Amino acid sequence: MGYDIDYLALAPEITLAVTAMVVLSLDLVLTRKNKYWTAIAAVLGVGFAAFPLITLAVSDVGARSMFDGSYVVDDFALVLKGLFVAAGYLVLLMSVQYIESDRYYQGEYYFLVLMSILGSVVMASARDLIILFIGLELVSGPLFLLAGWRKGDSRSNEASLKYFLLGVLSAAIMLYGMSLLYGATGEVTFDGIREASAGLVGEPLFIVAVLFVVIGFAFKVSAVPFHFWAPDTYEGAPTPITAYLSVSSKAAGFVGLLIITYRALPEASAVWGPALWIMAVLSMTVANLTALRQQNIVRLLAYSSIAQAGFMLVPFAVAGVSNDPDALEAAFAATITYLIIYAFMNLGAFAVVIAGARRTRTGDIDGWAGFGRYSPGLGFLAAVFFFSLAGIPPLAGWYAKFVMFSSALGGGSVWTGLLAAIAAVNAVIAFYYYARVVKTIWMDEAPEMIEVDDQPVIGSLRLALVLSAAVVFVAGFFPDLINFFSQTTKLLAAG
Amino acid sequence: MEWFDTWGLSLIVFLPLVGALLLMLLPREQEESHKWVSLITTAIVLVLSVVAAANFDFGAAKSFQYEVNESWISAIGANYHVGIDGISLPLLVLSGFVTLLSVIYSWNHWEEPRNPRAFLALMLVLLTGMNGTFVALDLVLFFIFFELVLLPMYFMIGIWGDKSERELPVFGKTVSVRLYAAIKFFLFTLFGSAFMLLGFLALYFNSADSVAGRTFDIPALIARAPELTMLPVAGWIFAGLFLGFAVKVPMFPFHTWLPDAHTAAPTVGSVLLAAILLKLGSYGFIRIALPILPEQAKQWAPIIAILAVIGIIYGALACLAQSDMKRLIAFSSVGHMGFVMLGIATLTDVGINAAIIGMVAHGVITGLLFFLAGSMSHRYHTRDMARLGGNQSLMPMLGGILAFTAMASLGLPGLAGFWGEFMSLLGSYNPLEGLSIGLFRTAMVIGAVGTVLTAGYLLWMLQKVNLGEPKAEWDGHEFHDVDKFEMAAWVPLIVTIIAIGVYPKIVFGATTDAVQALVQTAFGG
Repeated sequence: MGYDIDYLALAPEITLAVTAMVVLSLDLVLTRKNKYWTAIAAVLGVGFAAFPLITLAVSDVGARSMFDGSYVVDDFALVLKGLFVAAGYLVLLMSVQYIESDRYYQGEYYFLVLMSILGSVVMASARDLIILFIGLELVSGPLFLLAGWRKGDSRSNEASLKYFLLGVLSAAIMLYGMSLLYGATGEVTFDGIREASAGLVGEPLFIVAVLFVVIGFAFKVSAVPFHFWAPDTYEGAPTPITAYLSVSSKAAGFVGLLIITYRALPEASAVWGPALWIMAVLSMTVANLTALRQQNIVRLLAYSSIAQAGFMLVPFAVAGVSNDPDALEAAFAATITYLIIYAFMNLGAFAVVIAGARRTRTGDIDGWAGFGRYSPGLGFLAAVFFFSLAGIPPLAGWYAKFVMFSSALGGGSVWTGLLAAIAAVNAVIAFYYYARVVKTIWMDEAPEMIEVDDQPVIGSLRLALVLSAAVVFVAGFFPDLINFFSQTTKLLAAG
Repeated sequence: MEWFDTWGLSLIVFLPLVGALLLMLLPREQEESHKWVSLITTAIVLVLSVVAAANFDFGAAKSFQYEVNESWISAIGANYHVGIDGISLPLLVLSGFVTLLSVIYSWNHWEEPRNPRAFLALMLVLLTGMNGTFVALDLVLFFIFFELVLLPMYFMIGIWGDKSERELPVFGKTVSVRLYAAIKFFLFTLFGSAFMLLGFLALYFNSADSVAGRTFDIPALIARAPELTMLPVAGWIFAGLFLGFAVKVPMFPFHTWLPDAHTAAPTVGSVLLAAILLKLGSYGFIRIALPILPEQAKQWAPIIAILAVIGIIYGALACLAQSDMKRLIAFSSVGHMGFVMLGIATLTDVGINAAIIGMVAHGVITGLLFFLAGSMSHRYHTRDMARLGGNQSLMPMLGGILAFTAMASLGLPGLAGFWGEFMSLLGSYNPLEGLSIGLFRTAMVIGAVGTVLTAGYLLWMLQKVNLGEPKAEWDGHEFHDVDKFEMAAWVPLIVTIIAIGVYPKIVFGATTDAVQALVQTAFGG
């Protein structure tokens, strides 16, 4: 059979791939002091990748399907590609100064980040097991290296090794599950699996297959009890990479989970629903309680991102037990809404941490005492992002929490109601550690002998801060702007 | 005035936010302009509220006026729906009034670490949250404004609050008073409001009827109350709402954040906390919980009444055990809000009217008491009543105002505090048909004992602080009596206390019809 390739539909992927090659070649020809051009090329390239996304979004062709329906560019794919490109753009802005001051391997760094972005963009379009797996590994592969980028630091080495070993383990489990799934259904495309799986729900082989695939993704989104790699990897990796791991890489995991659960395996909701219910409860509770005891701000954000993953799993659990199509669509849109808002507020929080750690010269929370006094602008932004993560109105985080609660109560069963109550208690616990950071920044006295780096925040980092803060404020006041994106994706859930 | 009908309330709500933004744009050093911007903003807001009151159609106080209803979050059907009726009008005016006076008082009273710009900006954000809560007619909007007040108050307490340290009784840990109070205030309220939100969502999902779809709209939900209150989950929903509002009021046993927060907050923070923030909770009961779930309100009324009288007695006894003047006033709020909740629990128009006038009266009286306590600790650098004494002879003017306010607070007839206490007891003599008369009459008797205790601790406080000879440690100290900013902030409050006391129709004129209509629709009584 012949393949008709729709080049416009593939333009974002092509742009990213070309940019990655350009960056790699530039790195070969540039002298050391001119290496910053690789950063500029990477930032520009990711920016360019947004243009075809817009053209595709406004075109009235509808969903563009390629390779026998294995690769589809529809509204769902476009919204998530947009999210991945935007998040990748912000991460690149945050990386510039950080990587430059580490002095080595700039070109390779940007090349690897671009490849990882490319992987996530591919994933959003994947409609069969093989492309999904390739996309996911393209996201993770470069990150194994990037997590160890601070070569001189043993914690970075540990981060990389831990992430690699557990990443490979999870890939193996997922791949095993996928092969069983293929064996049980005889199909690789999601639509095919859905049709073939109707009569298989009671089969032990099928149940094992579903669980293995879900567990594989649970590693990627760092849901408890598959989260053990996350805190160490987050702490050791370069901070911009941590931001990328906690946002884009996690979002990629959620995209995979969304497609697999809603599109390929809706028939097996009795299997993955309870499993994800348990993971949601564990992730929220365990991560929040552990976060209370953290001293390092990046580690705190690591546990926070595990807990946030727990909140994002809540709608899945609802979808697992609910048969009402409205509730199902609402749950799907809730996860997307949460992902979009979380991406911007969490990236903002990491941007503040990068700027702040530079100024205070420490990642220790107590070392940030009085930060708000000598750095009011960053202190203000820190309060904005951390309170947004806590879900306090009028910052965007409230709406993420709101749709999550809303989807849970919309499920209409005792189990979903209980889940909502557990999430509510967790939202209060989480507030405590977010507030603790703000308290240290604004309410604790600065130590008297403090050496502060009073260099102004570099332009690119400043841009990242302003962009994410703008989204957090505007989306908090006008949540319909986020809904505009998340509502269009609902079609996928409807099948 | 057509523009005012559509834009008036939105201006009242969002002008303070604009003022806060303006403050952030001004350079940090220009303290004078910060003060003026805040003063002008709050003055305009108050004037607009007064204009809203003047143009208010009191003949139709039971229906919402100046209504605006625009789509806001279309995906969940949440609207920007605002409007005021006779119940919210007095509270709206009160919040603008007290905030303006707080700005005036702040003029030369800055607690460390100063930074007037940030303090005033927080105060303005707070005003947006308070006004917004009183005008919101959509549950999501209400929730946003209800939560919006938390952040500014958290920072006010945490940054400008009491700098001392104290040992926690149970944990044996030494904590900074302001930090402990700030986080405790936030966590308690957040815990309550998280469950309140779940209650709101549950109402939404059960609100669809044959005519219209799901809605967060408060008037629409009230119209569907007969079906909503029959839901099997209605009891759970009421429990969620109860938790959210009762923590805010605060009712016994959720009150423990209150003495800490009030005592630790800077003067203006305590004033706004006592005068307005506590009212958000009791207002929520009247606006949302009672009319939407009347059957559950009837089931819960005895519990609310019992907790209310426990609050009255407990608050009074706790006052008698205090050595810190500010903490005493804080505990007195527990008692006074107990009367407000007792009034609400009767579910009669007398009781709910009593609750509203009690809220307004408590706002002005306790607000003034906190002003006075703040000014005294500013001068004496202590709030320990054992070290105070003879204040009347050291500062005759301030002592006089304190005596006057204490009298108002203990419910002296002719002053504002009288009506709330008296009518709430009157209401519980004759609660809504179907409620246990025996229980409510017992509550009335205990509440009456509470008024005696209230008089007792306030007179006891006056005796310790105002009367007697000044302690030897103050020999040779020059105390300046009330200054002009304090005067400008306090005289309007004193006038209001007398005015409401003599002519309660200022409040009842607006509320009576609205409350009657509410009771009529909800309970048919």
